[in-house]
Amino acid sequence: MHDITHDVCSSIEGKPSSLWWYGFLVSALATAVLFGGEVGWLLYEGVGVWGLNKTVGWGFDITNFVFWVGIGHAGTLISAVLFLFRQKWRTSINRSAEAMTLFAVVCAGSFPLIHMGRLWIGFLWVAPYPNLRGPLWVNIRSPLLWDVFAISTYLTISAVFWYIGLIPDVATVRDRAKHWLRKLVYGTLSLGWNGSVRKWNHYETAYMIFAGLATPLVFSVHSIVSMDFATSVIPGWHTTIFPPYFVAGAVFSGFGMVLTLLLITRKTMRLENYITKDHLENMGKVIILTGSMVGLAYGTEFFIAWYSGSTYETFAFINRATGPFAWSYWIMVSCNVISPQTLWFKKLRRSPMFLFVMSIFVNIGMWFERFVIIVTSLHRDYLPSSWSYYYPTWIELGTLIGSFGLFFFLFFLFIRVLPAVAFGEVKGVMNMGKKHPFAQKDGGGDDATEPTMEEIRQIAEQSKEHSPEPEVSHA
Amino acid sequence: MLEKLLSHLTGQAKDERDNLFLGVFTHEDDTLEATKACREADFNFYDVFSPYAVHGLDRAMGLPFSKITWVTFLCGAMGTMIAFFGMSYIAAWDWPLNIGGKAPFPFPAMIPIMFELTVLIGGVCTMLGLFALCRLFPGKKARLFHPRITDDRFVIAIEIDEDFDEAKCREIFTKHNVEEMKEVDPDYEASPEGGSA
Repeated sequence: MHDITHDVCSSIEGKPSSLWWYGFLVSALATAVLFGGEVGWLLYEGVGVWGLNKTVGWGFDITNFVFWVGIGHAGTLISAVLFLFRQKWRTSINRSAEAMTLFAVVCAGSFPLIHMGRLWIGFLWVAPYPNLRGPLWVNIRSPLLWDVFAISTYLTISAVFWYIGLIPDVATVRDRAKHWLRKLVYGTLSLGWNGSVRKWNHYETAYMIFAGLATPLVFSVHSIVSMDFATSVIPGWHTTIFPPYFVAGAVFSGFGMVLTLLLITRKTMRLENYITKDHLENMGKVIILTGSMVGLAYGTEFFIAWYSGSTYETFAFINRATGPFAWSYWIMVSCNVISPQTLWFKKLRRSPMFLFVMSIFVNIGMWFERFVIIVTSLHRDYLPSSWSYYYPTWIELGTLIGSFGLFFFLFFLFIRVLPAVAFGEVKGVMNMGKKHPFAQKDGGGDDATEPTMEEIRQIAEQSKEHSPEPEVSHA
Repeated sequence: MLEKLLSHLTGQAKDERDNLFLGVFTHEDDTLEATKACREADFNFYDVFSPYAVHGLDRAMGLPFSKITWVTFLCGAMGTMIAFFGMSYIAAWDWPLNIGGKAPFPFPAMIPIMFELTVLIGGVCTMLGLFALCRLFPGKKARLFHPRITDDRFVIAIEIDEDFDEAKCREIFTKHNVEEMKEVDPDYEASPEGGSA
């Protein structure tokens, strides 16, 4: 059991690998130059620096917003939904997935804010407070306002859930610390946690409550995001399928990003024994499932457009697949529907390199899904005289790349300063404190020596050989 | 009476002045069995410490179910009410606006925000409630009973009071493969060992 603590903690106690440094520096540079610079210029000059026009009023900004919110969903799904379903394999990946949620929502939230242009007064317009304009209140019938509440609640609750989970592990880091600064920082963050069962009693109940609160929350957030579109009267947006379709898409894109990040994390932080191929394979399975759901949704949209007999709907969807933005539609279909089907092969599901490439495809495909929904539905108006095309400016491209920089910057920082694997939970789930982790045999009670990591790995390997499915995957 | 109620609510030990008898264990199963045996022997627990949440250890100690569920329920309900009455005031009372001929009291449109505020206020209050019940706050110094308590050691701390029987306790602990046993004063504290990098 000490080995787990040591393995995970040493990745934040020792010197980072050179891969980590490259990742960190590149993402820090991207954040400062691209995100900071472009957003600064936007705020100075105004929203005119973007390529939006009268017909296409939402472009990269809202695409990025929906994309990043979606990314966040896998984190909550892994940490809360899989917790409630007692999927024990989640424990070694839930911490980093939760962190990813948090950082993705930070990226997401920045886009509607900068879209307001005058950020410094804009955020007051969405807050219901007694003001000097009448008081003129916010419009509570608008999904855009629901979104304000949904995203801020999501950010807060994700942060709380993440932090509560971190407390016992941070306490471990504190107790191992030698340097006074580490003692101070981790001591403050761990709030005086000392492993008391009287505290665990409250803690475990509270953790269960958070999982219970976060589960409906995650479904509500992307449903509300989809209502930003679905309550309008734009053909292509005005569909009742949107909430479940967006939630499935969000989980799909989120798992794509979780895979990207975990493959980086296990490599740069040398955590291959904790983030195992079994974990990667399970995530691959979720990707096939949600990818197929998304594919089904694309098909359903087309079917309903034809079956409804609505000329506008039919036009919108045929235009999507064959119109000026057909290139983006087919990028979306090939990345989201066709490429995940390769994961039916077990060999490919267990290949980190293949999964990494696949996860990048999923990220690209899901970004394009939002682009297709937003831009292709807008660029053909009811009035042919207002039809137009949308070209993003280099500022928009820079902000998009910069938001990736911000996301990776925060993530690299996180895996360096906080325990990236929830080892407190891993110990409990793996029965590490028991005399015979993994063992089902009785009668060995006298042997009180603790198995080493190497022995545990051997036992795990053996149990894998005996059963066709690895033990953790159906735990 | 009040003190008893408080100690019941917060789960804190009643009298911290008794000397303590500590048993350090290396395995979860031993700790769990030893805890059950100590409870059967009617010893009073000061506390039990474990590096991770051990299933059933709190029940073995005889701790009641956590009351924190009430904090969530009441604060969540408060969140729903704040959202409902707040939005009713805004939309139907203070400044009713005709937006596309929609009803001035749009109950269906209020549901999303009612839900979000329920979760938000319920969740944040649960966190604060957890910190209050566990007496956790920034700057609090962790009182450790073993240097590796947050790593891989389990400690049972029994109060040495009129119910305590040292011989019996030693017997129970030894039977369950105790690593170390000792009597300590009420202010005992182990210093963290400071791990190697």
